[in-house]
Amino acid sequence: MSKKKAVVRSDMTRWQWTLKEMKNNWVGYAMVAPYMLIFTCFTVLPVVLSMVISFTNFNLLELPDIVWLENYIRLFLDDDIFVIACKNTLIFAIIVGPVSYMMALMVAWFINELPPRIRAIVTLIFYAPSISGQVYLIWGTLFSGDSYGWVNGILLDLGLITTEIQWFQDADYVMPLCIVVALWTSLGTSFLSNIAGLQGIDRSMYEAGAVDGVRNRWQELWYITLPSMRPQLMFSAVMSITSCFGFGGVVTALCGFPSVDYAAHTIMHHLDDYGSIRFEVGYSSAIAVVLFAIMIGANMLVKKLLSKVGQ
Amino acid sequence: MAKKLRIRGHKVVLNRSAGGDAGITVMLTILGAFMFLPMIYVIMQSLKPLDELWMFPPRFFVRNPTFKNYRDLFMLMTTSWVPFSRYIFNTVFTSVVGTVGNLFFSSLAAYAMAKIKFPGGKTMFKTVRTSLMFHSTVTAVTSFLLMSTFGLIDTYFAIIVPAWATSLGLYLMKQFMETNVSDAVLESARLDGASELRTFWVIAMPMVKPAWLTLIIYSFQDLWNRGSSIYIHSEQLKSFNYAISQIMAGGIKRAGAHAASMVIMMAVPIIVFVISQSNIIETMGSSGMKD
Repeated sequence: MSKKKAVVRSDMTRWQWTLKEMKNNWVGYAMVAPYMLIFTCFTVLPVVLSMVISFTNFNLLELPDIVWLENYIRLFLDDDIFVIACKNTLIFAIIVGPVSYMMALMVAWFINELPPRIRAIVTLIFYAPSISGQVYLIWGTLFSGDSYGWVNGILLDLGLITTEIQWFQDADYVMPLCIVVALWTSLGTSFLSNIAGLQGIDRSMYEAGAVDGVRNRWQELWYITLPSMRPQLMFSAVMSITSCFGFGGVVTALCGFPSVDYAAHTIMHHLDDYGSIRFEVGYSSAIAVVLFAIMIGANMLVKKLLSKVGQ
Repeated sequence: MAKKLRIRGHKVVLNRSAGGDAGITVMLTILGAFMFLPMIYVIMQSLKPLDELWMFPPRFFVRNPTFKNYRDLFMLMTTSWVPFSRYIFNTVFTSVVGTVGNLFFSSLAAYAMAKIKFPGGKTMFKTVRTSLMFHSTVTAVTSFLLMSTFGLIDTYFAIIVPAWATSLGLYLMKQFMETNVSDAVLESARLDGASELRTFWVIAMPMVKPAWLTLIIYSFQDLWNRGSSIYIHSEQLKSFNYAISQIMAGGIKRAGAHAASMVIMMAVPIIVFVISQSNIIETMGSSGMKD
């Protein structure tokens, strides 16, 4: 990005050069200052503070004591619910992450060759659920536990069931339903990014591909389209990972908290439980740090996988 | 065994099978129905009179549409403890001020990171990019502690100030500035004696207008959809979304009004999106992650 300046004078040390550059470009620092100040206070500091607090037994009332790894030891060895939460989060992430990622990519690809006006309408249809806030609560009405819920009503009417199913209160159905709702709200920023990435690919690339013997649209997708939109693939992977590990609010709104038999209890819920209900802030910070580590790990894994695209 | 190339006009016709077209259409229809039908159902529910809401077997479509649910919703609003207009004001105010501030501060920083080379700029950008991975709810408790240290608890600032510096905001603006604002134009402005701030405001900002709209829809829908917040406890400062959810806590007799409120809540971000759609897609083209 930055060109190496050839004018580094031999009588200057690297440090002096940096200092000179800093002085010359002071206006750059002035321009990033407001953003970086707010960003540091409300995004960086909370993360750093969580890491520090995770080594203490802070309860918001008394001064914290340092307990080193005790919170982590308790978390991994003594907390059965945390194990359930990890299991649920992983099941959830392994299904929702890749499926929502593929959906965002494939739907964008399907609609790419439609005429612009139709494409605009289809984009709205797919994007609307993710920007409409609490409209996912309609799934609570569709799958309501009484016979007026649409799904129960239909199943009863057809004689497939004889009593209503308590969809969101039944440990067997809670998880699959939450996965469906999560997928429904998942076509967000990454979907738009993919559409734009596809629009940005030059048609001549495809023509050259056709000349070089690309025989069908799948080969075209693999050898031309995907490699040209690697930046968008990476961006939407990060967005998918963030949203599938941070998923929790929707479950609470639909199934209550805690969900029946902890069937949809995720790490997010566990963190919330200890942080804002039991006020064991040290412990909840340890949970947050573990969640960060998992997210970063998932991102690194995905980066590796994506480097194989088109080969 | 390469197939023969077909050429129409001056264009090479790309290989597309009819079977593939049909398959894609079917897939798109199924997925589209999955996405779209619940949205339609919300609208249907909001137009159903009471006897259709509680009818067995339930019907998807409304038979005798009525606006009674909307009227009920407005009636319920007038009975609230704090005047309802106050909740609406709170949400509109925080959404607008938060969005405008985010646009300004993120663009300012993005311009500096993309167009002025200063030591440390790259590291700052990498930090922001990494933070895209973190969900803010993960750090809710520590954020609360910091907010109370800064004395922001129970003020509009608790909602607005963090919204001024979002990771996605800076990320989008920087990627867009890098690809769409040419260095040559900036250089000539600087040679003419324009200050950096002026160059940013007069030259660079108009060139990235499509990116503004992307940032606006992203930031606006995020703020608009905020419900109750742990930072706010005065009733007078709470959001529209929170007030609506309180009305709905009234139980099943309010099912119709609930659906009406969902329609109103979803209409606003959708309208903002429709207005800015064409510009948004253009911006997202440069949003990808290089590396």
